Amino acid sequence: MSELKYTAEHEWVAVDGDVATVGITAYAADKLGDVVYVDLPSAGASVAAGKVVGEIESTKSVGELFAPVDGEVVESNQAVVDDPSLVNADAFAAWLIKVRFTALPTLLSADEYAALTNE
Amino acid sequence: MRELFADRHIGTDSAAQKSMLDAVGFASVDALMDAAVPSAIRVAEHGPGSGDVRASSLPPAATEREALAELRALARRNRVRRSMIGLGYVDTITPAVIQRNVLENPSWYTAYTPYQPEISQGRLEALINFQTMVADLTGLATANASMLDEATAVVEGMLLARRASGSGSNVFVVDADALPQTKALLAHRAEALGIELVTLDLSRSSSPQGVSRPAPVALPDCFGVFVQYPGASGLLWDPTEVAAQAHERGALVVAATDLLALTLVTAPGEFGADVAVGSSQRFGVPMGFGGPHAGFMAVRAGLERQLPGRLVGVSLDAAGYPAYRLSLQTREQHIRREKATSNICTAQVLLAVMASMYAVYHGPTGLKRIAHETSRQANLLAEALLAGGAELVHDSFFDTVRVRVPGRAAEVVAAAAERDVLLWQVDADTVHVTCDETTTTEDLDAVLAAFFGADAPAVSFKPVHRSIGPELHRASEYLTHPVFHTHHSETGMMRYLKYLADKDYALDRGMIPLGSCTMKLNAATEMAAVTWPEFAGLHPFAPESDVGGYLDLIEQLQTWLAEVTGYDAISLQPNAGSQGELAGLLAIRGFHRSRGEAERTVCLIPSSAHGTNAASAVLAGMRVVVVACDALGNVDLDDLRAKVTEHANDLAALMITYPSTHGVYEHDIREITSAVHAAGGQVYIDGANLNALLGYARFGDLGGDVSHLNLHKTFCIPHGGGGPGVGPVAAKAHLAAFLPGHPLQQRDVVAGRDGAAMPEHANIVSAAPYGSPSILPISWAYVRMMGADGLQRATGAAVLAANYVAARLREHFPVLYAGEHGLVAHECILDLRPLRDATGVTVDDVAKRLIDYGFHAPTMSFPVAGTLMVEPTESEDLAELDRFVDAMIQIKAEADAVAAGTWPRDDNPLVRAPHTAHAVIAGEWERPYSREQAVYPVPGLEHRKYWPPVRRIDQAYGDRNLVCACPPVEAFA
Repeated sequence: MSELKYTAEHEWVAVDGDVATVGITAYAADKLGDVVYVDLPSAGASVAAGKVVGEIESTKSVGELFAPVDGEVVESNQAVVDDPSLVNADAFAAWLIKVRFTALPTLLSADEYAALTNE
Repeated sequence: MRELFADRHIGTDSAAQKSMLDAVGFASVDALMDAAVPSAIRVAEHGPGSGDVRASSLPPAATEREALAELRALARRNRVRRSMIGLGYVDTITPAVIQRNVLENPSWYTAYTPYQPEISQGRLEALINFQTMVADLTGLATANASMLDEATAVVEGMLLARRASGSGSNVFVVDADALPQTKALLAHRAEALGIELVTLDLSRSSSPQGVSRPAPVALPDCFGVFVQYPGASGLLWDPTEVAAQAHERGALVVAATDLLALTLVTAPGEFGADVAVGSSQRFGVPMGFGGPHAGFMAVRAGLERQLPGRLVGVSLDAAGYPAYRLSLQTREQHIRREKATSNICTAQVLLAVMASMYAVYHGPTGLKRIAHETSRQANLLAEALLAGGAELVHDSFFDTVRVRVPGRAAEVVAAAAERDVLLWQVDADTVHVTCDETTTTEDLDAVLAAFFGADAPAVSFKPVHRSIGPELHRASEYLTHPVFHTHHSETGMMRYLKYLADKDYALDRGMIPLGSCTMKLNAATEMAAVTWPEFAGLHPFAPESDVGGYLDLIEQLQTWLAEVTGYDAISLQPNAGSQGELAGLLAIRGFHRSRGEAERTVCLIPSSAHGTNAASAVLAGMRVVVVACDALGNVDLDDLRAKVTEHANDLAALMITYPSTHGVYEHDIREITSAVHAAGGQVYIDGANLNALLGYARFGDLGGDVSHLNLHKTFCIPHGGGGPGVGPVAAKAHLAAFLPGHPLQQRDVVAGRDGAAMPEHANIVSAAPYGSPSILPISWAYVRMMGADGLQRATGAAVLAANYVAARLREHFPVLYAGEHGLVAHECILDLRPLRDATGVTVDDVAKRLIDYGFHAPTMSFPVAGTLMVEPTESEDLAELDRFVDAMIQIKAEADAVAAGTWPRDDNPLVRAPHTAHAVIAGEWERPYSREQAVYPVPGLEHRKYWPPVRRIDQAYGDRNLVCACPPVEAFA
């Protein structure tokens, strides 16, 4: 597995072969506050890069989960669906979906993402 | 000298105003208003006091006694006859204990929406009783805390079905036997959203008793199916087969139903409905010529998060005790903006409380008795009609009998009216009679005499024909929770209502300085007429000759409102501000289309706008484009010009709030509206902040084409704990033809469209022709007793109060977004972010600490996160304003003590707030601050302490563990 990549929509992406594991960053989780509900696509759903595929709802707002890649959902994380507070506990452990992709677009490096969130 | 009502309504007298003006630095209210309100937008050159405020049609202020006498004269011109019209509105007996202790009790009607749950536990419990009642009776998992009315609830059901169904179809199937107002509303709303309605005779697919079974209706591909159960015709039928067919197609089933019938017949959840909607009016809420009443919506398990409107849930407080709160608030329109799936904001809390208490008072056994009695009267009538030789349209029904009288329908209805009974003429050959809990044998005799004259058969008393077939008998239990079995004596009920009211903070305890909400006085005289039978007892479709007083009152109020806002035409039909917004945007849409400019669909909305604006625009079929705001919260003129140019060909409208949501009088308003007009767009001015303008400036003069007003803000209709609201839509003449009317209205009261061709659906936005008429006497009385001068004085006093609070608090908290001369309008925004950065104390902590000081918090984090928006209104006196200011200053000192290290950041009176009596009494006291500091932080509280019933409520726990029905009694042990 290569090092983590990021999107401007505050997602982290871990690539392993042709499967991308996607979650939201700790920065996003902190901004959202207490996450109370996640709505994720089911396995088999096809997704398109940049399109909304799910929702992350907190006590303050509803954030959207964007697909970072084109492809097909292989798995969504039932543990997070059952206990959304896992996202706040450790956003980088609480992955949300795994997507089998066809091509990997250019994603942000850790430094580039840090620059983006450095207000 | 005459006693002026304005002197009672306005809390500050001239001596108080003088000392407030000294603090603000002006010599007079006139001078303050001259400095605060840009001269370019003022209504008259002559200024206040000259009498020339262009409010010429407003009569001089009446005294309270005179206004009541005029209302009585209007009431006398209404004629209350026994209504057997039905069609979603029936007579009911409001238990006197509920009328006196809820409807006429300021502890219930002056409360705000329960956004601060710690001080709203009483009405939250009443609302969770409502949800439990609706969920139980409909046989579904979860109900919300009320909808605006039945017809709009059906529309919300359609929208829910569209987003929850997996079907790609845009077809919604509508039962041919739906209520006429529901059909019209569906037509109007579906058209704007590109939904195709297909009307089918769905009940044909079931088998009414004794009728040979016809071939089932084949459903087309669709995302949803709407059934009326029982039908508008009264027909009681079994939709199981229709529901099964719908589900095979991936469609959802939405059923409109009657809660009283459901005590006897199969529940929608049991025949396969996914969503049930309806009105709870017949649970003790007067017809009131159409409203207000609480609609309802319930959904099956799995659809909870799709529910529109407000949902009460159970969470835990800081001590681990169960406590109620509003759940899933982030799904509401004000957060989701253009991604919102509904624009529903206000509910009908006061009426939902009444309906829930009707169920609490009667219990399941009492409700079943009432239902049996209603059904028995209908059966007795049917039997006598048959005995007399009449032909019934169907013999399976609950409370409504349809009779075929070829060629004689008008004659029968007229004969009944002569006997003071109102029937409904369906067509030339059909009459329809609806029974209710008030129906008497004398009523039935009168109906029979109307049908048969002197030869009328007598009503029998023998065991009657059974109109409810055994296959539809309800077997399941309902209302099993102890609350529906406990308060059946009047003493018990009175004490339960007092027990709940005591938990809540309403205007009868102190100031509710909620910015953007205008929590002003709801005067007793204004409220008096609401329960008079001549206003409460009328059916919305009663004949025009019976409702002359009402129609005159409505037309007078419309004329006055048009005058003070600078518009030409008004419709009072919308039941909330959000509905007024929608009606206004739909009017703009209709206008563009009538000119062959259907492509104009872009709605410009400033980034500072309230989220409901965007939600309403989407539901009016528009596309939202956001306009930037500058650092002061004003519309960025350059960005506006750029967006207008970019959308020159498809610009429909700009929605703008004035004064801005930041409480500032923008100087550029005329340039803004001109730029939009030059590009062919229309200007929608949101009337939320009208309390800062009335008598000084008019939306119509600022370039507005259409606005909604909130009669529950500026014009004194009480908030009722979160509804009722009235959100009239006001427009210039060129939009008059597109304002709401109603297919069944007695008279078109919207000015300026005589002879205008109206679509069949009449641009309807509410179930009843004039919305919620029974609360219009409140606003009528307010305007009548204030007169033009009084209204203007109120505005001046409101602006002075806000500027006084700002002036006194400025050295403790930064005041954001002041306009020229450092002045605010009628509200001020206190920036608590520097405090948070310095001390860790949040806006939440301050809001909850205010409870310990005996206050309802100001508006939190709107329009700017981390701030409090304070709107004191004109009704508070100087002592109360000072009490609030002193509390805020003391809280600031407490926060400074946290910053100084006197108290730890995680253990101080702020983060622990609010403090219950139990929290300071039980066990050892181990806090670093004293118990007196906790609950009596300032002198005087010993004598007027409001004790919150629960400690701070865990919001996240409640949303993660969604429970929206009455918890078991043991939970509170």
